[in-house]
Amino acid sequence: MIAALIGLPLLGATVLLLGGRRTNAWGHFLAVAMSAASFLLGAFLFLQMAGKSEEEREVGQHLFDWISVGAFQVPFGLHLDQLSIVFVLLITGVGTLIHIYSIGYMEHDPNRRRFFAYLNLFVAAMLLLVLADNYFLLYVGWEGVGLASYLLISFYQQKPTAAAAGKKAFIVNRVGDVGLSLAIMLMFVTFGTVTFEGVNAAAESGSSSAITWIGLALLLAACGKSAQFPLQSWLLDAMEGPTPVSALIHAATMVTAGVYLIVRAHAIFDLSETARTAVVIVGAITLLLGAFIGTAKDDIKKGLAGSTMSQIGYMILAAGLGPVGYVFAIFHLLTHGMFKAGLFLGAGSVMHGMHDDVNMRHYGALRTMMKITYATFGLGFLAIIGVPPFAGFWSKDEIIYVAFSQSMVIGLATLIGAGVTAFYMTRMMAMTFFGEARWEDDVHPHESPAIMTIPMIVLAFGSVFGGMAMLFVGDIEHWLEPVTGFAKPEHSVSHSVLIPITLAVVVGGALFAWLRYGRRPVPVTAPTDVRFLTRAARADAYGDALNEAVFMRPGQYLTRSLIWFDSKAVDGLVSGLAAATGGLSARARRLQNGYVRSYALTMLGGAVLIALVLLLVRL
Amino acid sequence: MLLTTLMLIPLIGSLVVFMLPAAKPTLAKQVALGFGVATLVGSVLMVIGLENSSGGLQHVESYDWIPAFGISWTLGVDGISASLIVMAAILVPVVIVAGWWDAENARRGTVKGFFALILALEVLIIGVFSANDLFLFYVFFEAMLFPIYFLIGRFGGPQRAYAAMKFLLYSLVGGLFMLASLIGLYVVSGRELGTGTFDFETLTTLNMDPATQKMLFLGFFFAFAVKAPMVPFHTWLPDATAEATPGTSTLLVGVLDKVGTFGMLHFLLPIFPEASKFYAPAIIVLAVISIFYGALLAIGQTDVMRLVAFTSISHFGFIVLGIFVMTSQGLSGSSFYMVNHGFSTGALFLVMGYLVSRRGSKRIADFGGVQKVAPILTGVFLISGLSGLALPGMSSFISEFLVLAGTYAVNPIAAIIATFGIVLAAVYILWLYQRMMTGVPSKEVEETVTEISRRELVAIAPVLAIIIALGFVPQVALNVINPAVEQVQTYVGVTDPEAAVVVEGSGS
Repeated sequence: MIAALIGLPLLGATVLLLGGRRTNAWGHFLAVAMSAASFLLGAFLFLQMAGKSEEEREVGQHLFDWISVGAFQVPFGLHLDQLSIVFVLLITGVGTLIHIYSIGYMEHDPNRRRFFAYLNLFVAAMLLLVLADNYFLLYVGWEGVGLASYLLISFYQQKPTAAAAGKKAFIVNRVGDVGLSLAIMLMFVTFGTVTFEGVNAAAESGSSSAITWIGLALLLAACGKSAQFPLQSWLLDAMEGPTPVSALIHAATMVTAGVYLIVRAHAIFDLSETARTAVVIVGAITLLLGAFIGTAKDDIKKGLAGSTMSQIGYMILAAGLGPVGYVFAIFHLLTHGMFKAGLFLGAGSVMHGMHDDVNMRHYGALRTMMKITYATFGLGFLAIIGVPPFAGFWSKDEIIYVAFSQSMVIGLATLIGAGVTAFYMTRMMAMTFFGEARWEDDVHPHESPAIMTIPMIVLAFGSVFGGMAMLFVGDIEHWLEPVTGFAKPEHSVSHSVLIPITLAVVVGGALFAWLRYGRRPVPVTAPTDVRFLTRAARADAYGDALNEAVFMRPGQYLTRSLIWFDSKAVDGLVSGLAAATGGLSARARRLQNGYVRSYALTMLGGAVLIALVLLLVRL
Repeated sequence: MLLTTLMLIPLIGSLVVFMLPAAKPTLAKQVALGFGVATLVGSVLMVIGLENSSGGLQHVESYDWIPAFGISWTLGVDGISASLIVMAAILVPVVIVAGWWDAENARRGTVKGFFALILALEVLIIGVFSANDLFLFYVFFEAMLFPIYFLIGRFGGPQRAYAAMKFLLYSLVGGLFMLASLIGLYVVSGRELGTGTFDFETLTTLNMDPATQKMLFLGFFFAFAVKAPMVPFHTWLPDATAEATPGTSTLLVGVLDKVGTFGMLHFLLPIFPEASKFYAPAIIVLAVISIFYGALLAIGQTDVMRLVAFTSISHFGFIVLGIFVMTSQGLSGSSFYMVNHGFSTGALFLVMGYLVSRRGSKRIADFGGVQKVAPILTGVFLISGLSGLALPGMSSFISEFLVLAGTYAVNPIAAIIATFGIVLAAVYILWLYQRMMTGVPSKEVEETVTEISRRELVAIAPVLAIIIALGFVPQVALNVINPAVEQVQTYVGVTDPEAAVVVEGSGS
């Protein structure tokens, strides 16, 4: 049953990729059906699990023995528990909605079939990632989603920027993969096993240095996949992909895999204060960095991408706080998955009506032209900035609360982040839906068809009720507790003090943005005489410039010098030696003229020589 | 008799093809393909007949050849050599189908000659992997040079003569060192046993003093390091692959070069255990250098064939690394790596060949935008490339990770450094893909590059299927390889290090 969750979308991808043009006409329907079937199966398994007592909820499925070399024993096994099932619902639920949306969005694309094949492939790989029962199999899903991400970012392959962006995402993620590889090797060397069960059971007997290094290696992996500092630079470029891809992969699911990894490996992080601290620092830096970048973007998708980095920073930070934070990291991941997917689909709907223009300076006053998009985007906006009782309020408030319980500095970082979030999101709302119309005459903004707006409406419901439903109906804290552990923080600022403060900061950020972008006219071209901070934010805080200076240019220099060295020094030396030792080159020239007979003669001479030597040895 | 018979199939095939009338090139191709497939069937039967419980030599046959010098026709296989033979037997028909028109396109030599040479090469490949008399091994090792020399020198590109001669000279010099060591070994065995011998299993029982071991080891190692090839003995390889036909490159890099690493694993470790342990740290350093050197040079290449050759130098670094860490994961990983690399690099060479034959240029800069005109060919390119960068889900990932994990257990620093090689692998493959396949096609590309033909697809599809299948069921191969690896470990006298924490009931 568990394997079928993965098998259905995998089958869809295989049929569409191998079937070729024959499947063009109905391929997208098959893809939607496979994703939806996987969702229904997931929902069934969820209800089944919910009906069981707490101890019986975890189920496994051993498919076959995958690898067995000496002590390196890895099963091809799946594992469904309270943590993985919520991911299954998120991936297949949001995934199916985005499949449906894409029917409309990709309607006129000549490569629509391939697009849907890749989407199905992504869903299958992501499900494998969250259902694997060991780190090595998780790695296959981990790289599988990376592949799907690569294929979909560079989906418009004729565009050089898209091709470059896909490659960049893959390569930066490979740096993270080094971390995952090393973590698995360390687990194998330390515990002799790489299964979740085995590592969890053995973790306490591992040396503290080994545990810390495993934790740090896992953090490196998470930084790559979840676009956390210092491996964040690929996510903004990843917006080159079609917008549904940005919604599904680069907002709701794949980029949150790092959070899953850390929470899944909680047995390691529980034991290492150092590793947890590193996680918190990375999360705090990224949440501020992402929000900062988001404040200056005119490209609606890049603004949302900065926001995604920032929101995942919140999750990573929460995960780094240990048992007090794991469940809230996942809680925020789930609410974010709904409202951010909604926001991205909204952005896609706006682009759809604006000739694929992504520059918000060319928008304005769209609320009357696109009523449904405006309403759903607006609800997502209320959810992300954390207005009660919308989804983001519940999850983000808990993270801020727990952060303050651990450290004042970290608490303040989350609080400032909330204010900046309100600023850039309000700026986005104002520039897109309010103010005066700034588009050209030949653009005719219009609402998207129902096949696109219905998924947006469904996700908007999630933005409104998702948080409350999970907290009060699903009781997410206790649902996840058997897997991740859960502890109430000992002391913190009380909720009754913190909530008003947080709301005041949020309203302040929003008001500031409204005064600057809602009340004043927005210039159609971005002003250039701006302060350093704005320039820095526009340049993604110089992340690319840094990569280029530290890795790319020295790397190119090294490669060029090595090529020179190889042809001049290594090859030259050997050729020189050959020439020096008795006219080999002269003989070579003769042979090149075709006198292979003389070579045969040489060989014969060699054979005679061998025979002679052997005879001498005998004597 | 089984192995000799297996060699006879392509030998007869080669002779038959050679004697066919030159005016009937298609018949020559068909007959060659038939014998190639027959050899494949035979080799599969051979591997099915192996007892997986035993790590020693199987299907052993031994006849006196030159008894005066203790030279015998001794053939036998273990799991490692058997899987390499099957890999080669799969690649030969693939290369025949993929290179169907290569001989005509070369406009030199006869068509039947080309295919007869490929089959002759297969005879020697089976011989070199199954020879267990060291003199016999040496004979095959040197004889293999001839068919390749002619395949490059007669059917290759404009610089073919230079490339073929360079290949030959490098190999011959390496071979001379091996010959010197071989004679030395014979002398030592004579001193120890009364009569000298070249028999592999007998030689493993010698009690050589470490100083002698170290000297003799170096001669063999040099020959194998040239063949493998390791930095700094590698410069012949890019030149050879740049001039050879894609099929020849596939067999040269995918199969023949494995004789180097196979020799290290099968002969050096068991016969010179002390010397192997003594030199291991230095060789590990050399292997790690090869990984990065090959990868960085691959990134900087402007010629597709040379680029693939340099990626192989990087991959051979991984293989040598796994061998000299001497853990079961390292050794099995390297053995499996040899098999996977044959398929993976073969696929890359073939797909590059498809592109080069269309565009008439090996320069990367002459391509671009191929995805627009040939989407299926682009997909084939991508899968081959992803296998080359060891994407999880492909067979090459399993072997690369086994090598790294096996290395970590005994030499964490080497493992950590080598792991960063995976980033460079992504760079050289994906940047190549970006430059050749994405973007808008130029006028020349649009005019010349056509979609993959049915024949080309039939040739490469089985290779891609194997790459993916072995990623999910690697144990099919590992079950054959593991016992042989245990046997090697027994010869050397090493065991795997224990995990720091041993938990009962963990694993499976």
